[in-house]
Amino acid sequence: MSNLLEINNATLKFGGVVAVNDLTFSVEEGEVYAIVGPNGAGKSTVFNLISRFYNPYAGSITFDGHNLLDRNADSVADLGIARTFQNIELFDHATVLQNLLVGRHRHRTTNLVQEMLFTPKVRQEEKRHREAVEEVIDFLDLQPYRDKMIAGLPYGVRKVVELGRALASGPRLLLLDEPASGLSVEETQDMRWWIDDIRKQMGITVLMVEHDMGLVSGVSDRVLALADGAKLAEGTPQQVQSDPAVIEAYLGAGAA
Amino acid sequence: MRIHFKTSYEHDIRLFPDWWSFFVYATLIVIAVALPWLMDDFFLGEVTNVLIWAIAGLGLMLLTGQTGQASLGHAAFLALGCYSCIIFMEQGWPFLIAFPAAGILTGVVGTIIAIPAIRLHGIYLAIATIALSILADDIIVLMEPITDGVSGKFAPMITIFGIEIERWTTPDRFYWLVLAVTILCTLAYRNLLRSPLGRAMAAVRDSEVSATAMGVHIARTKAAAFGISCAITGLAGALMGFYAGAFNNETFSIVISITLLMMIVIGGLGSIHGAFFGAVVVAFLPQFLSMTKDLIGGGSVAIPGLETGVFGMILILFILFEPMGIYGRWMKIRIWFELFPFARKDMFKRQKSYLKTERLR
Repeated sequence: MSNLLEINNATLKFGGVVAVNDLTFSVEEGEVYAIVGPNGAGKSTVFNLISRFYNPYAGSITFDGHNLLDRNADSVADLGIARTFQNIELFDHATVLQNLLVGRHRHRTTNLVQEMLFTPKVRQEEKRHREAVEEVIDFLDLQPYRDKMIAGLPYGVRKVVELGRALASGPRLLLLDEPASGLSVEETQDMRWWIDDIRKQMGITVLMVEHDMGLVSGVSDRVLALADGAKLAEGTPQQVQSDPAVIEAYLGAGAA
Repeated sequence: MRIHFKTSYEHDIRLFPDWWSFFVYATLIVIAVALPWLMDDFFLGEVTNVLIWAIAGLGLMLLTGQTGQASLGHAAFLALGCYSCIIFMEQGWPFLIAFPAAGILTGVVGTIIAIPAIRLHGIYLAIATIALSILADDIIVLMEPITDGVSGKFAPMITIFGIEIERWTTPDRFYWLVLAVTILCTLAYRNLLRSPLGRAMAAVRDSEVSATAMGVHIARTKAAAFGISCAITGLAGALMGFYAGAFNNETFSIVISITLLMMIVIGGLGSIHGAFFGAVVVAFLPQFLSMTKDLIGGGSVAIPGLETGVFGMILILFILFEPMGIYGRWMKIRIWFELFPFARKDMFKRQKSYLKTERLR
């Protein structure tokens, strides 16, 4: 196993606030890596660093040998990095199908003129994209919602659609920002199986931020605990959960 | 109620979901083509006007409805399309070359203007584009040697393969020309909607953050939207010039920009139908008002600002009671009949959206 994603000494400051402090960790190809930590620990900020929405103050981020810091936010997807958002960022005034098809955008090979004339090549490509999207729809059981507008869908389904949109892009690394937040126990269970299958059947590496410790210990190989932007502990879910520093960060000193 | 049984992916890509809708649109086109034999020249001229407005509406719809970028500067692009087409023709270019060239030129200029403008969002973009509308007026006056400034220009005769087309002497031929351009623009728009760029535009409109994460280049997509939008608007502008016959710096004023934006809001943002519905309202409202005035016996009384007032009123009523525009109302009535008698009163109530990710910029 080799390291797919490497973050070395990454630091990010907002004014005087140090959001990520000299953070170093790496994600191996084929594993599920979870980041946990109290609110404001910098978990989502780490995601936004990888997505290149933020520029690190110092440090390096490499993905499969490519320096991510050389790239703009919109060319991160080209490397095969897809993500979901904590508060669901779907395209509300489009159908589920159209949302998933946007996930295929990085595979676009046709240009504006061809698309305006809808040449046979565009038609062929559309069918290819559609096939890929249908596989995702089958995998996530989204068939009943295929032609529904996002604006009318319940929260749980939107969460799944967002996962689907990320999967449709055919990623190598999937960033899941709180995949189970706001989901019912049953839906969380589904999410857990999906994450398992994504890793085992599709061979996609998963990096996720999650608060639900049941889900984290169920699916992840390694866990990183963050507090105030710095690494608190790293290891198997059991190791991290029993680490005194982690317990202190969550429950306060003396609780252990 | 019709149910589509889809048997291949091809079904979802087709322009028409089934034979019935193909039949409906085919009939519509046949009627449209036959219109010169069914109507007198006055009404044919009015319908031509509707179609020209609809083309301009399609242009702005692509930018505002599909990509979510408001523009109050489209009168400037109408002017650019109009002046460039007629100046090209004065240089001896045939219409069939001058007309597309005017569209392309307007599109390129639109893209260049877009590069700085797309850094602005929402209302700020609208304010910046107002400047364009106002500048266009002055630029036309300043460039008097080419544009003839305040005295204006006259549209020459259009000749296509020896066939002479003119708005007053051959209104039927001019109507067919406009109809052909309308159909081509609608087709191009429709094709965009079902291909990656069209979806990318909708993605930019609904969430720039996640569009970026999916690999959509925001600035490039917006610039493309501006370019195509301005090109279509430029074509409409050229046709407007031929329709009016004569035009000067005041023909394409900021009022035209505002009317265009109001038109697509009233028609229904984000739909092709909306551009056409809106165009009908804009083109027929003055006629309708003067007819009503005649009817109630006030024919000779001039009421300044009546048109603008009524237009504004209609806009306010739509925003309050039917934000989806005429097209939204049309869809609701259709669904009501399709489901009859099972339609419920609150079917179209939308629940409030969920929390959005804090904006990253």
